[in-house]
Amino acid sequence: MTDRSPFKTAVVAVVAFWILVFVLLPNLLVLAASVLARDEVRFIRPGFTLAHYRALMSTEILGIFVRSIAYAAGTTAICLAMGYPFAFLLARSSARKLLLMLVVIPFWTSSLVRTYALIIVLKANGLINTLLLETGLIQQPLPLLYSNTAVFIGLVYTLLPFMILPLYAAMEKFDPALMEAGYDLGASRLQVLRHILLPVTLPGIIAGATMVFLPALGLFYVPDLLGGARSMLLGNLIKNQFLAARNWPLGAAASMTLTLLMGLLLWAYFVSVRRYGDPREALTR
Amino acid sequence: MRRRPAKIARILYLVTIYGFLYLPIAVLILYSFNDTRYSSNWQGFTLKWYTALGDNRMLLDSLGNSLLVALLSSTIATAIGTLAAVAFQRYRFPGRKLLYGLLFVVMMSPDIVMGISLLMFFILVRLEPGFLTLVLSHITFCLPFVAVTIHARIADFDPNVIEAARDLGASEYQAFRHVILPMLLPAVVSGWLLSFTLSLDDVIVSFFVTGPTFEILPLKIYSMVRLGVKPEVNALSTVLFAITLMTVFVSHLLVKEKRS
Repeated sequence: MTDRSPFKTAVVAVVAFWILVFVLLPNLLVLAASVLARDEVRFIRPGFTLAHYRALMSTEILGIFVRSIAYAAGTTAICLAMGYPFAFLLARSSARKLLLMLVVIPFWTSSLVRTYALIIVLKANGLINTLLLETGLIQQPLPLLYSNTAVFIGLVYTLLPFMILPLYAAMEKFDPALMEAGYDLGASRLQVLRHILLPVTLPGIIAGATMVFLPALGLFYVPDLLGGARSMLLGNLIKNQFLAARNWPLGAAASMTLTLLMGLLLWAYFVSVRRYGDPREALTR
Repeated sequence: MRRRPAKIARILYLVTIYGFLYLPIAVLILYSFNDTRYSSNWQGFTLKWYTALGDNRMLLDSLGNSLLVALLSSTIATAIGTLAAVAFQRYRFPGRKLLYGLLFVVMMSPDIVMGISLLMFFILVRLEPGFLTLVLSHITFCLPFVAVTIHARIADFDPNVIEAARDLGASEYQAFRHVILPMLLPAVVSGWLLSFTLSLDDVIVSFFVTGPTFEILPLKIYSMVRLGVKPEVNALSTVLFAITLMTVFVSHLLVKEKRS
């Protein structure tokens, strides 16, 4: 398109305007707030400082970070362990259209509604406790809800579809003849997994891990509703700094670390696509 | 015959995961028809929690607000997202890679980061938090989903069809209006439906950008759920789930039509 059509100009202008004003500018504001001084009344005031990033290193906040990252990493690992074989079977199934649809539905269902549904199952007189009590396996209801375990289950439950869908996309493109070739050449199951399936699906693994790990850090309502007050995670910390403690710079600094983590994961994704994406394109149908 | 146990194991595995995904939702739906407020035992079928919803002015108001925000923001997001997809596919302009990258970043960025960045932006430009800030925010997080859905569809097009229209004297706008848009229509509708669902379900971004005078349904549910399990919330959640189900189903039909 070398000609200067007014339509083209208008389209590009609208799109550029929206992205610059509502995406780039707000994110630059967060970056700016994270290095400015705190003000009791107007939230921030001029004056460059790295004090808020140093404050993130205080024992209390560092503890929240470490716990939050442990929860998110654990959630990602469990979702991957559950989702990888699942996506593999899905991509090979003859009924995969229907089966895929059954994953897409929870993917699009409100996470709040799904978290709430989990409360009904886990609460003291909920489904699990009722079943266990009636079969006589336990005498007292188990304290499932309002625990760290419940937060963990909640994160896995909410985010599992976000792991399965990118994995499925990677598996669907994968030609099973490659595995047959591996077996024919004398490779063991483990070798086929390690040298054929894993490398080819690596972009899907990283995409899925990104879509689970990042929200797991920020979903403040899951620990809010399923955990006791003790299980505070990064999302709750940021939320509190903005709404309760009114310490915007600290909240902005915490949020910048999330953005930084996202940058790292996106970078890993592009590197993996560059490294393994091309052979995948060449090898698949 | 030797492979039968392996096949049973595979099916069992699939069933377990689906059970994990669907059991809580199934229990929620079942309890929304249960004729008791406290017990979790089955006390008989009732529709009274749904009738109670109809009598709850506050809930109906927040549902109305949510629908208004969702209709408006998904429509505008679809318009801009369609244009964006066309622009990124057909046009070369300075900053194209940066803008496309930013769109991708929006899609991946955690909701909480988007929520606080927009909150700060709205305070900076002195926009009263409420209806307008919600619509602007919802358009922003729906935009990349529309653009990606439609971009995938344009990439399948034969570019010669558009070039033929241009060669026959159509302006860029006429080619868009009469050639590109009709071909894109299923993807446009699908993008609109997905935006509608995203907007209707959003909690985190809305939490930061809404004001006290404009209440929307997910935040209302959030504040109710914090106080515990209530049968009215079961019914309301079931309604929301049904809306999502319909949206996904219709959107699926549209995408399916494209392949046939």
